[in-house]
Amino acid sequence: MIGEARIPDRPTSRTTIRRAFGRAIVSMVGLGAVLLAWEASVSLWSIPLYVLPAPTVIALQIERDWALLARHLQPTLLEAVGGFVIGNLIATGLAATFVYAPPLSRMLYPVAIGLRTIPIVAITPLLVVWLGNGYAPKIAIAALISFFPTLVNMSRGFASPSPDQLELMHALAASHWQVFRLVRWPASLPYLFASLKIAATSSVLGAIVAEWIGSDRGLGYLIVAATFEYRVARLWATIAVSTALALAAFLTVVAFERLAIPWRSEDHE
Amino acid sequence: MNPRVGNQSQLSGYERSGGHAIPSRDALQFRDCYLTFPPKGGREVQAVAGLTLSVGDGEFVAIVGPSGCGKSTALRLVTGLLVPDRGEVTVLGTSPDQARRKRLGGVVFQDPALLPWRTVRENVGLPLEVAGVSRSNRSEPVDRAISQVGLSGFEDSLPDQLSGGMRQRCALARCLTSEPRFILMDEPFSAVDELTRDRLNIELLNVWARTRAAILFVTHSIEEAVFLADRVVVVSRRPARVVSEFPIPLVRPRPLSLKRDPETFNIVSRIRLALEEASR
Repeated sequence: MIGEARIPDRPTSRTTIRRAFGRAIVSMVGLGAVLLAWEASVSLWSIPLYVLPAPTVIALQIERDWALLARHLQPTLLEAVGGFVIGNLIATGLAATFVYAPPLSRMLYPVAIGLRTIPIVAITPLLVVWLGNGYAPKIAIAALISFFPTLVNMSRGFASPSPDQLELMHALAASHWQVFRLVRWPASLPYLFASLKIAATSSVLGAIVAEWIGSDRGLGYLIVAATFEYRVARLWATIAVSTALALAAFLTVVAFERLAIPWRSEDHE
Repeated sequence: MNPRVGNQSQLSGYERSGGHAIPSRDALQFRDCYLTFPPKGGREVQAVAGLTLSVGDGEFVAIVGPSGCGKSTALRLVTGLLVPDRGEVTVLGTSPDQARRKRLGGVVFQDPALLPWRTVRENVGLPLEVAGVSRSNRSEPVDRAISQVGLSGFEDSLPDQLSGGMRQRCALARCLTSEPRFILMDEPFSAVDELTRDRLNIELLNVWARTRAAILFVTHSIEEAVFLADRVVVVSRRPARVVSEFPIPLVRPRPLSLKRDPETFNIVSRIRLALEEASR
């Protein structure tokens, strides 16, 4: 009866896992090759420590400084996560408001985009003046840096359902809230995760940059301190930990994306 | 001189006529409707002018007309998305808005408008979910609608995994779950290939026979209109109004071979002539 039926080709979970595992191995091989080349060139051309330490030297430094790095990792993590959550919540809320109040959107959207052009580094001192030396200015910077991509993306995401889908909901006598919950929100999730992936790494960046100015703790502070004390190996160790933090934040978002939008995550990556 | 009266007698030999052959009242009624869209850049556009049309209870009416003539506008007058400037639309004796709130009708567009993150079962259950029917009370009507359109076995598939014809079946099932008294169809099969369309036509007639819903069907294809409908209405170029009506005296149930029948061809030719005149 169903002559034109296509056989569903949804991959089984086992093949998905095997494929993901295969991709991970390929990535690891690439990373390993770069590290190996790095290590080899440092010893081959006897590059001095202050120019470029070998990966093994950095690894040893991380081990030696572990307690110190862990102590300074905590505030940075807290600021990045706090800013990430606050910035994305406000951006999503504002984007949702824009959908239902187009005049407000036309009024505020250009303002928001205008604010976006202010360099974050330039206003960081200002925020320190306003909010003091504690967590607040760092969280504010991380929030600000997470805010814009999400505002832009979610404004598009909430507007992404087709006119036919919206007309259908009208014909079904759906309430505004139902249209939002059943159509606009799920339709916007791919847009949300696209911006969350950006925000995950940039909120770490924002927290670290904010710590450069007026701070006595955090990875950003440690970077500045190591530079002034000319501890190059420690500087590199801190950079490595910062990178790992940003990467971990990114991968956490990717993992949530797989859970939240299984109907889309197959096409990505 | 109601052209529908002669036409309704065709139903008497038809299986679904359990004392239902003569309609007690109209399901849908357009009375002298006018609608002008506000100017968008250029001048204002008059979409319908003096549109008068009725669809009897349980009747299948097809609208054909030049493209962009405001046929879809007519359907939107029924869902209450648009309101006529002048004239009146009555839906099952009440206003379009009331009918919509009471969930008396169903719609099927050219685009199936499925939600890609929902399985077939979840898409088909959407109208009931919106109406506040609990999950456990949804499953029975949903499964029945899915089997009515021949999608059994694909309940857990996502729209991306279905062919175009199957997606349109899914859209049809979705409109059936709430047991509509009338169904609005806006070129529902114009995006599928000819053979799939034939099969979907047959299945639509089966569904119609079972549900007894009134159907207002907009199409580009005169052949499709003639094959499906009790009555074919030819609409003029914009602004849309009815220029002629053709009762279709073909037997029911209609086998697919009827599409190649000389009698069908005759009717199609007559309507084509009227359409050409209307397009001029």
